[in-house]
Amino acid sequence: MSQEQPFDLVVIGSGPGGYVAAIRSAQLGFKTALIEKDKTLGGTCLNVGCIPSKALLHSTEMYHFAAHGASEHGIDLSNLSISIDKLMAKKDRTVNQLCGGVAGLMKANKITVFNGLGMLEGDGKVRVSGGSEEALVVAKHIVIATGSASIELPFLPFDGETVVSSTEAIAFDKVPEKLVVVGAGAIGLELGSVWARLGAQVDVVEFLPVIAPTFDKDVSKMAERLFKKQSLKFHLGTKVTGIKKDAGKTYLTAENGKGEAIEMEADKVLVSVGRKPYTEGLGLSTVGIETDEKGRIPIDAHFKTSAPGVYAIGDVVPGPMLAHKAEEEGIACVERIAGQAGHVNYEVIPNVIYTEPEISSVGITEATAKERGIAVKTGKFNFAANGRAIASDKTDGFVKVIADKETDRLLGVQIIASGSSELIASAVSHMEYGGSAEDLGRTIHAHPTLSEAVKEAALAVDGNAIHSV
Amino acid sequence: MATEVTIPAMGESISSGILSAWHVSDGDTVEKGQTIFELETDKITSEGTAEVAGVISIQVEADEEVEIGQVVAVIDESAVGAAPAAPAASEAPAAPSEAAAPAEAPATPAAKVDPVATLSPAARKAAEETGADVTAITGSGKDGRVMKSDILSAPAAKAPAPAAPKPAAPVATGERETRKKMSPLRRKIAERLVTATQEAAMLTTFNEVDMSAVMKLRKTHQEAFVDRHGIKLGFMSFFTKAVTHALQAVPEVNARIEGNEIVTHHFYDIGVAVGTPKGLMVPTIRDCDQKDFAQIEKDIIHYAKAARDGKIQMSDLEGGVFTISNGGIYGSMLSTPIINYPQPAILGLHNIQQRAVVVNGEVVARPMMYLALSYDHRLIDGKEAVTCLVKIKEAIEDPSRLLFGI
Repeated sequence: MSQEQPFDLVVIGSGPGGYVAAIRSAQLGFKTALIEKDKTLGGTCLNVGCIPSKALLHSTEMYHFAAHGASEHGIDLSNLSISIDKLMAKKDRTVNQLCGGVAGLMKANKITVFNGLGMLEGDGKVRVSGGSEEALVVAKHIVIATGSASIELPFLPFDGETVVSSTEAIAFDKVPEKLVVVGAGAIGLELGSVWARLGAQVDVVEFLPVIAPTFDKDVSKMAERLFKKQSLKFHLGTKVTGIKKDAGKTYLTAENGKGEAIEMEADKVLVSVGRKPYTEGLGLSTVGIETDEKGRIPIDAHFKTSAPGVYAIGDVVPGPMLAHKAEEEGIACVERIAGQAGHVNYEVIPNVIYTEPEISSVGITEATAKERGIAVKTGKFNFAANGRAIASDKTDGFVKVIADKETDRLLGVQIIASGSSELIASAVSHMEYGGSAEDLGRTIHAHPTLSEAVKEAALAVDGNAIHSV
Repeated sequence: MATEVTIPAMGESISSGILSAWHVSDGDTVEKGQTIFELETDKITSEGTAEVAGVISIQVEADEEVEIGQVVAVIDESAVGAAPAAPAASEAPAAPSEAAAPAEAPATPAAKVDPVATLSPAARKAAEETGADVTAITGSGKDGRVMKSDILSAPAAKAPAPAAPKPAAPVATGERETRKKMSPLRRKIAERLVTATQEAAMLTTFNEVDMSAVMKLRKTHQEAFVDRHGIKLGFMSFFTKAVTHALQAVPEVNARIEGNEIVTHHFYDIGVAVGTPKGLMVPTIRDCDQKDFAQIEKDIIHYAKAARDGKIQMSDLEGGVFTISNGGIYGSMLSTPIINYPQPAILGLHNIQQRAVVVNGEVVARPMMYLALSYDHRLIDGKEAVTCLVKIKEAIEDPSRLLFGI
């Protein structure tokens, strides 16, 4: 059954980090293999993460507009209805198209794909088993890109039915009447939004006193205010204690900020408190790799693990668990192996919550700057004063620019606005080139666009915003 | 008080060039005599120096075409030792009276950005891979940012870091071809070679020469020659003298066509082709009829060094009547050189090899060299060309002919 395959490089895991690393490897002339335990390529991101959730967000946003915004435009949509089956089918088509696309890319780049769980056996060997074929893959370089899995709370174990992770919450067959979301980060807010738009009563429980805690407080507060208008209910500073079943009904039990015990009835409980590195069955101990206290694989600046010839990238290594971070690491890692100077600029990784409005950021927050003792100046511009935003009903939100007080260098940008995931890109480019707030403010932005608010916020850093009083 | 930095005159035929690099940045304090820019012209690369000390304000970007006499920078002498911001302030009140000055002072230069902190992703990668020192590169980007192109066009700082061990299998890493702009010198060489082949009716005559006599003379007198002159006696002085001798014997070859006229030279300025990192250059050894062997050897060494260092002057390259090109040093056995137009002829030297030749009815091994003389047939007939080459051959085989002019 076993079969020796001499490769230059093998990647374990076909998520955005893994498959991109494999393509870059093939581009650089390495004979490359990719190992994936699931039937389709693409990892969490394409199959059960970024992509399906965006499909649901888009569909439900249109439905929400049809139900609540259309009439104001003179659009009559009485007798509106939505089919969850068709909604899910649309999402599945999106996922299938993209997974198929990755498979096509592997073929085009002459990358050998092995289906099965990859296990390190030392000496450049990886045993593939439990999939469509058993194989022993031999390679000079091994890149671990096995990603992450949802964190399970010990007092709130997943049961696949009532207490679920995001994987199930993108595939409910009907709208839960009462959905409780534990954790007000990106996944909780996005999926909470999806089901709230479809009519679920959504309660979001967050241990911290704010939602979207990686953003500055003014951004989080604005987000909270806007989501409340969309009927999400927040229980902040609240600690989940467990789950209780009574008379066929499920209740989430918690303790609020005042120390009072509370409980919420729930048809479904989505636990979205974060993700943990996924290295199960990988055989790390065989090659002498020890994970850190968070289960992450320690690496050096060039993605080398403690085992010779073994590298790791993406969610299994320290840093933000983001697909685009994993992709860049995959590219840089392989380029380093090829003797090039691949590099990831960790200071400039954009981060987005894809709610409506979207919340996007890059660089550091004002709060982080204060912690680090960096003197900053900030500029803010509200979309309420942006012509395009007014014309297209997107006046909720603002842009906040944080620049070094002395040098004017851009340190961070946060945008809460419809479509801000696209708006943040120009700020990322400016920061990648070491630009100043003035550079951003003096860069011409098309009129009328939402992007003008970015320029205006940059001008506001020195009090020079044009459409502001 | 501000002093203008202008492009110096460099010779009769040069009216413009490319300011290929600034060695200082806008706002830098320069010393008197400091090299501040590099200038590439059709024929040579030269350097410009600061005539006074002060703070420089650059007015022309690197890689721009400049004309002789053009102001490319202004050095503010009053700003010596002052804080960088001071000159703008102290100059301000005087501005109205200086309004008519040809060189308009630029607006206060933007604060120079930190070249390392503002490195773009591609530039960062290129810098690490080429080992370029970004702090030493003048950035062409906004506010002097060092761009990828700046790093790739910077003189190689060090050999790229040795690549990590690559898989033995297909190592098709990297591009299969690279592209870069032709330097002005390369463009000019290309242009002139094409001109020569298109304008002249060029053909080549060959001969072979027995180097025994020259080699013997060198061996016999080398020590004394070095003691006396401090340099070695090479082959080039023999050939230069032999060419001079041949031109004297066949004056038709020492001429050029100008319109419908034939201009005959009564001087013997011989060009000697020298390979340099930037391309081929042909410095001219003046009045070879009046120079002895030692002086010719010294001249060649001087020019070769200056050419390789990029310090050669325009005047060093002008006015030759004939060129000698030695492909032999690279191992060439035989070639057909292209004339250095408008000169009418060029002598190609080749490698010296022991070959079997018949001397007095016997086959013997002799150090032989093939000679090639390419000439412009419009001006020179076969008879003169062949005679000229034979004269050269005879003088090399029997250098005593040079003594007697026979």
